Amino acid sequence: MTQAELRLCSLLLQEHFGEIVEKVGNSLLRTGPRPLRLLVGDTGLLPDQVKKALCVLIQHNLVRYEVQPRGSVEYVARSERILRILRYPRYIYTAKTLYGDPGELLVEELLLHGHLSMSCAVARVADRLTETMEDGKTMDYSEVSSTFVRLADTHFIQRCPMVPESSRSANASPPPAPALAIAEKDMYIVPRLSLVGKGKRRHSCDEEEEAEHKAKRQKQEGGTSETPPDDGIYWQVNLERFHQHFRDQALVSAVASRMDQTSSEVVRTMLRMSEVTTASGASHTQPLSSNEIFRSLPAGYNIGKQVLDQYLALLADDPLEFVGKSGDSGGGTYTVKVTWGPGASRAPPSPFQHPSLIPLLPHRFGSRCARIFRLLLRKKHLEQKQVEDFAMIPAKEAKDMLYRMLSENLVSLQEIPKTPDHAPSRTFYLYTVNVMAAARMLLHRCYKSVANLMERRQHEMRENKRLLEKSQRVEAILASMQATGAEAAQLHEVEEMITGPERQQLETLKRNVNKIDASENQVDETIFVLESFIESTMKRP
Amino acid sequence: GRGRGRGRGQMTFNVEAVGIGKGDALPPPTLQPSPLFPALERRAAPLPGGEEGEYMLALKQELRRAMRGLPYFVKPGAPRRDIERYSDKYQLSSPVDSAIDWNPDWRRLPRELKIRVRRLRKGKTAPLVPKQHVALDKEETIKKLESLEKKEEEVTSEEEEEKEEEEEGKEEEEEEYDEEEHEEETDYILSYFDNGESFGPDSDDNGDEAVY
Repeated sequence: MTQAELRLCSLLLQEHFGEIVEKVGNSLLRTGPRPLRLLVGDTGLLPDQVKKALCVLIQHNLVRYEVQPRGSVEYVARSERILRILRYPRYIYTAKTLYGDPGELLVEELLLHGHLSMSCAVARVADRLTETMEDGKTMDYSEVSSTFVRLADTHFIQRCPMVPESSRSANASPPPAPALAIAEKDMYIVPRLSLVGKGKRRHSCDEEEEAEHKAKRQKQEGGTSETPPDDGIYWQVNLERFHQHFRDQALVSAVASRMDQTSSEVVRTMLRMSEVTTASGASHTQPLSSNEIFRSLPAGYNIGKQVLDQYLALLADDPLEFVGKSGDSGGGTYTVKVTWGPGASRAPPSPFQHPSLIPLLPHRFGSRCARIFRLLLRKKHLEQKQVEDFAMIPAKEAKDMLYRMLSENLVSLQEIPKTPDHAPSRTFYLYTVNVMAAARMLLHRCYKSVANLMERRQHEMRENKRLLEKSQRVEAILASMQATGAEAAQLHEVEEMITGPERQQLETLKRNVNKIDASENQVDETIFVLESFIESTMKRP
Repeated sequence: GRGRGRGRGQMTFNVEAVGIGKGDALPPPTLQPSPLFPALERRAAPLPGGEEGEYMLALKQELRRAMRGLPYFVKPGAPRRDIERYSDKYQLSSPVDSAIDWNPDWRRLPRELKIRVRRLRKGKTAPLVPKQHVALDKEETIKKLESLEKKEEEVTSEEEEEKEEEEEGKEEEEEEYDEEEHEEETDYILSYFDNGESFGPDSDDNGDEAVY
């Protein structure tokens, strides 16, 4: 883990879970897996605090535990999962676009709580939706349930590994920690529940809610408590599936920008058909025959079969190899290549052609640098002289730009000796782009940027803390006064408590914080592209 | 040659191959680490706006705010004050180190992490006291009494989450007894009591209708 990643993880934990959890997480990230007592010693916190923190981290899948052979339990932090906290808004927004408000709230609740049982999640979401509806209307559980089932069917949520069913006899001592496991095929099976009910508003009959809560909790005394029918079955968000979706979106938009709308629709249809059949690490989708594709095209698109075939042929012939032809049965079978990174032949689609990365270089180094960079990407190895010629840039400038990029490690020098003694005067020096190294370097920079942005945002909030508190107090007073029906003059008086310049300061603060937050979201998009590129390139044999 | 003092910086290889011609001025050597805030040569591109961006921004801020309020945001326990004050008994309790505010599924966690679950006003859970075992029947009777009592009062003060102030090391029975005392003893309506310390957003909960 690089320093930048560590720092970012720290900040994320601190912002969302507090200082105690941050300290524990930090210790695990920096020093590696350790058992409980070492953690307590390291962090200097109270044992109970450390236990609480670990419970929180395990609940949210940020830390996992392993039972060591000698019986102690070690805790391991999952750094890449911690970094995903940055992407939560994107997951929630995607769920909203795909499944509407119930979907959005379901994913949000699952992310906020780490994992939940289906009955619990559905109840919570129904309550929240009811709050937003007009008076007298409530949200029925069945609608939320059906959205839940759809999310599970398309693999956006999955079951958590379960506690083993082993019956423990009285003599056998239970293991220090349960070994949770789940089979791949069980991961998306929704338990048969008949969840009947409607959402409740907060101030309506609480006695019912009380009884419900009692039923849900496990009582030690046993007896009259009922455990919910899906006890022990917890659900979590399947982040990999969301990533697959983002990647598909990027592919479709790349096709659209390179060709036209219709071809992007074709690719989108192909991807949709193979959503759940594509394994998460696969490089190609399953082959789809053109007949199938024709049948699955969205209703609005009435293009003829021949036209579709022509489009498919065009896509397959494109040097960027979005679509490959894999056979001739059923009118020709086609697959979509779903990894970033070089294909089998000439021109590799590298991440640098992704729309979010293309502006990176010109804005940092100038458009001419970007020209040289793209040239090197395409031609692989070029001598100094050749760079000047191809890029049509005067020698002096070209030299300067090349050295700058060299010092930033975006390009590197490759030596090709002419003689076995590697004499410098008889060696070729070629400039080249090492895509993996450049991608890694940029990713590191991205982590650093987000960490910087977060620190700056926190700094801004700290600086204006007094003013923020004051404005919150004033708002609270206003709200309570409005509730008790005060007159306009009194309200005005209270509003005047915040002076003009203070109001402006608050405005500026709000604008800055919004800008910083939006930037963080933006950088996270770039992080996603770079990370998935690096991951898929490393996976290839 | 070694070129000490003669000719400027001679390298082992032919520098012309890399492009440094004769007589070109090389940049001066760097004698210090790069500046902390290097000058911006060109401004960054404007952020992409649009509905998606706005919505995600709102989501992000909302998420941050929501997570601060959840029990997963672990706050350190309130430090003990030097003198026990009378008002401590009636304050909305501050976080406590030795209790966890939510009820995880203990079957999924290592045994060593078990910690007492703090009971909240709504939805009582059986607190798990690892060491002390209270006689079961006594607990049951107390629980029954409490649940009956709660049903009476639930309607009246639902919006308040009244948590008791627990001092470390108190036994279960004592706590339950305390709570009963609370509810029977005070003639004062607890929502009216405000020692002025919590004048921030917390006080929103106290703004509901009068309770008799």
